Amino acid sequence: MGFWNVTLRLLEGFQNTCLIFALTLVLALPLGLAVAFGSMSRLAPLRYLTKTFVWIIRGVPLMLQIFIIYFVPRIVFQISFIPRFSSVIVAFTINYACYFSEIYRGGIENISRSQFEAGQVLGMTKSQIFFRVILLQVVKRILAPMSNEIITLVKDTALARVIVVAEIIKVAYEFAATDALIWPLFYTGVFYLAFVGILTLLFGYFEKKLDYFRA
Amino acid sequence: MPILEVQNIVKRFGTAEVLKGVSFSLEQGDSLAIIGSSGSGKTTLLRCLNFLEQANEGRIIVRGETLFDASDHILYNDQSIRRKRLHFGLVFQAFHLFPQYTALKNITLARELMAREQADFKQNKKEILEGIQQRGLNLLDQVGLADKRDFYPHQLSGGQQQRVAIARALAMNPDILCFDEPTSALDPELTDEVLRVIRGLAEKNTTMVIVTHEMHFARRVADKVLFMDEGTVVEYGTPEAVFDHPSSERTRRFLERYSEDA
Repeated sequence: MGFWNVTLRLLEGFQNTCLIFALTLVLALPLGLAVAFGSMSRLAPLRYLTKTFVWIIRGVPLMLQIFIIYFVPRIVFQISFIPRFSSVIVAFTINYACYFSEIYRGGIENISRSQFEAGQVLGMTKSQIFFRVILLQVVKRILAPMSNEIITLVKDTALARVIVVAEIIKVAYEFAATDALIWPLFYTGVFYLAFVGILTLLFGYFEKKLDYFRA
Repeated sequence: MPILEVQNIVKRFGTAEVLKGVSFSLEQGDSLAIIGSSGSGKTTLLRCLNFLEQANEGRIIVRGETLFDASDHILYNDQSIRRKRLHFGLVFQAFHLFPQYTALKNITLARELMAREQADFKQNKKEILEGIQQRGLNLLDQVGLADKRDFYPHQLSGGQQQRVAIARALAMNPDILCFDEPTSALDPELTDEVLRVIRGLAEKNTTMVIVTHEMHFARRVADKVLFMDEGTVVEYGTPEAVFDHPSSERTRRFLERYSEDA
């Protein structure tokens, strides 16, 4: 098995890795905001419910959550076919939404109440205040913790193989199992490094973009 | 008819009664200085006027229209409070400018958002926005910061930020402009530039309520002075009456303490 063949096969696996990453991000970023609002709600029952949910999701290994989402519907509801890839996306989205929600919450609560009141006394509506005044300040403040979490997500995608979704490590592992080749497994590190490198540059760019004001 | 009538405002936080029935009235074009030691309820009173707090008892009447009446239990929803609020403007002690916007945008933002609710906004968008922009520039000029229009708050000194904040409040054309210790967060050498702007407003007969610790300023600029202590109005009258001939012992003691400091 030559270097290029391995590279091509790994790239196929890497496509899945990227897809899990991108879908999770697109779904979990807004969902996380909704969860954050839930955990800051004035309605105590909603607040406690959300906080308990976040506690459970953050308290249980993601691997276990993938198993639960994949297997429990079969066992409990006798559903015979659960698509593997979708299960992974659901598990990842819920998990990451909870982590993101805590980052959002920290960011929103830290924007002093006074920014909100400054908008209120000028007759702005709550949503105008949130979107025109608060949001960008929150984004600026959460950029660093967010980039941490998002970089972790890149590497967490490797967990998808526990229910046989062919992400890059799974593909590399098959080389070891069938062709007795171990180096493709190590080679995957290059793909992750390149991906995280691009993300790091991207976050650096955003940080610079928001450098024009102090929040 | 007075422009503002405040009747028997009571505000409690839990069991602590911060305002114990505050009443006063203010004529159009007058400026009122509210003085008193920390914790006397001055800031809470301003916050009640601006609907940042809801009083437990009492009424607030502007130009004969009852904006707030604690005894009629209509639910004050966000939308109605938003409208009532616009009768008042508030300049905060610590400015609270929006950090991501330039000085000019800080002044025009709320107006621009408000303009979208106008029926003719779509047709006349350009003229309306230009008008708001022009008004913003005029206000910047009025507070002496025409050359800072494109500066962000962190690039301005505290005094300049507070002047932008005053222009921002003026942009909404409030009937009554309130100041919550507008110079207390400033270095002493920066207070003058802010006080000068406020004096300029007084000369133009802007109706103002100014919570302040600047006694000389209150005496020179205010038409009326109100001394508060422990949530009640102890003394209310012209600066001469309050400063030179206070009728209450409490006022005298407070003023003595201040003249010793000065």
